[in-house]
Amino acid sequence: MAKVVAAMSGGVDSSVCAYLLKQQGYEVIGATMQIWQDDSSAVEREGSCCGASAVEDARRVAQCLDIPYYVMNFREDFSREVIDRFCAGYLEGITPNPCIMCNRYIKWGAFLERCRAIGADYIATGHYARIIRLPSGRLAIRRSVSAGKDQTYVLYSMTQEELAATLLPVGEYEKTRIREIAREAGLPTATRKDSQDICFIPDGRHERFLKEHTGTAGKSGRFLDLDGNVLGMHDGTAAFTIGQRKGLGIAAGRPVYVCRIDAAAGDVYVSDEETLFKREIIVDDLHYMGEERFEPDAVYMAKVRYSQKLVPCHVRYLKDDKLCVTFEDPVRAPTPGQAAVLYRDDWIAGGGTIVEGK
Amino acid sequence: MIYLDNAATTRPDPSVIQAMMPYLTEQFANPSAFYQEAVRVRMQIDLARQHAADLLGAAPGNIYFTAGGTEADNWALRAGAEMMREKGRHIITSSVEHPAVRNTARYLASCGYEVTFLPVDGRGRVDPDEVRAAIRPDTVLISVMHANNELGTIEPVREIGMAAREAGVLFHTDAVQTFGHIPIDPEECGISFLSASAHKLNGPKGVGLLYVAPGLRPGRLLYGGSQERSLRPGTENPAAIIGFGEAARLAALRMDEDAARIRTLRQDFIMELKSQIPGIRINGDEEQSLPGIVSVTFPSVSSETLLIRLDQHGICASAGSACSAGAIEPSPVLTACGMSEEQAKRTLRFSLGRENTAEEMEETVRVLRAVLSES
Repeated sequence: MAKVVAAMSGGVDSSVCAYLLKQQGYEVIGATMQIWQDDSSAVEREGSCCGASAVEDARRVAQCLDIPYYVMNFREDFSREVIDRFCAGYLEGITPNPCIMCNRYIKWGAFLERCRAIGADYIATGHYARIIRLPSGRLAIRRSVSAGKDQTYVLYSMTQEELAATLLPVGEYEKTRIREIAREAGLPTATRKDSQDICFIPDGRHERFLKEHTGTAGKSGRFLDLDGNVLGMHDGTAAFTIGQRKGLGIAAGRPVYVCRIDAAAGDVYVSDEETLFKREIIVDDLHYMGEERFEPDAVYMAKVRYSQKLVPCHVRYLKDDKLCVTFEDPVRAPTPGQAAVLYRDDWIAGGGTIVEGK
Repeated sequence: MIYLDNAATTRPDPSVIQAMMPYLTEQFANPSAFYQEAVRVRMQIDLARQHAADLLGAAPGNIYFTAGGTEADNWALRAGAEMMREKGRHIITSSVEHPAVRNTARYLASCGYEVTFLPVDGRGRVDPDEVRAAIRPDTVLISVMHANNELGTIEPVREIGMAAREAGVLFHTDAVQTFGHIPIDPEECGISFLSASAHKLNGPKGVGLLYVAPGLRPGRLLYGGSQERSLRPGTENPAAIIGFGEAARLAALRMDEDAARIRTLRQDFIMELKSQIPGIRINGDEEQSLPGIVSVTFPSVSSETLLIRLDQHGICASAGSACSAGAIEPSPVLTACGMSEEQAKRTLRFSLGRENTAEEMEETVRVLRAVLSES
């Protein structure tokens, strides 16, 4: 019987993931990754992962399924690979995606490695995504059957080897069906709220987190329009991301949006919304999944942030590890640090990190 | 299952369970009540106190039952510090104490006490000369454990107690790991307070004791009725206390024999480990050690992975300390002995008890070897 370690966050999706695998006849071990919350932070929020209450929820599910259960410690790995990179990125003026980093360096990094060391054949998560073997023989992440929930974007950097060692049973079901399964199976987490925010910044205030964690929220400086006129001052560049309108605190007499961040100078440029739309983006740190290399003649569907719709595009290599992606219709606010993920049909061909939008 | 986590807790002895059962069922009277039904329960509690006192060569009047070792440690440090408030606000402890002492000392530090955390040598031993040197005119309390729970190292409590006595300083020792395992005479060691816990000597969980030296009267732990001479009020838990008493009685009878046998098991285990697994390091003090504790640093593989692997083979061991969520954290005790964080993360504790056999130890070495060669 193949052995699989199911990552259990205490949420409904990962609970059903463990349940489905057990139903399918796998030898399932449940594991919660302890990645952030420390003993001293007493406030528990419903829907947060990896706090003590999340562990209690996951453990209840493991008891319900009668599977072994462990809390594995990844705090150091997470701090080094995710939080430090996240902070460094923000302080450089880019907007990194910590979920992608966590998947890349923790779940399909340290976690997979540790699961292999305890004899697991597979790891499994509750992502809404599927794994497909293409006619070429390559494995790729494929959109889940759930129309309303697609978590493929954050999985684009998985390697062939990682895909071969992964099970994603939740992707075979509609989101609504997953909750039904949880209820039918009597899982104690059936009604748990979904987690939304970045798990280590539950209040969503990045600049405060950065200040507490690194002592600075970036260089303070000026708000400028694209003609170089000073429109106001700000307390640190890390509070901003491209496309942001709220919380700027400048009265320009018209709606303005962050369109460029010069972290070194401490300057934040604002513009009208029109300027945010880009026809081209430059992408580097390329990862190949369903394809070994992108095809310049093909039409890809691209996603440049988690919550954005797929848009058609073409690609052109600038260098071996650098791509220019041209959209058929301009895309709003592609942001340096976020991932650009390229799909063919419903599967991921590959992707990379956005360097700039043009 | 091969149970090698006896420093975490021990299996309640069948005769302990037998002693407890009547007080969970028919003999339910409140021992403070007036009728004979209750007096009979009270008499058994008195007897339990006698058994516990006997293990220390003390009088029953010096034994106060608590709800466990942590409670006894908290009480000793807080009450001890308060008793001597007139004299000063300086406390001395070691850097390898159990969290029950360490964190109470930190709490006292937050209340305006000054706390000196003495370093230890590579084997986890406190140097009594350093204790002597750390004592100041305003020192009120010293707390050094009898033996360390992670390394098994026995601390020089007698020499520390003598230093404390000479200086007129109160001395507390956390004897949770040693009570009923190796002898200790608090009077002779200059001990003012001693904490112990029943479940470490095949007794029930949720009950412990604080020994208080003759002539001392610590402040109350709680406010309430007159139980435990009004110092630790609250209706007694007769089943637990009587179970503790039975465990203490048994320990007095078989302590020496058990210790000798467990010590041999431990020595053979260490020898086998050393000969079969290259690159390991045995931590602690090979001579001045509890009979059953073996701390091993492995050359590769994290303790978390090793523990899961052992668990899959039905072997129970431990590593470091657990955070509130249950994840293993590297032990501050090990790093206090000069170990790097990396080494601490590759360190396991096997704690042997009276039920372990030579076959179990051989099997454990065999599994460890297999697991390490796979990784």
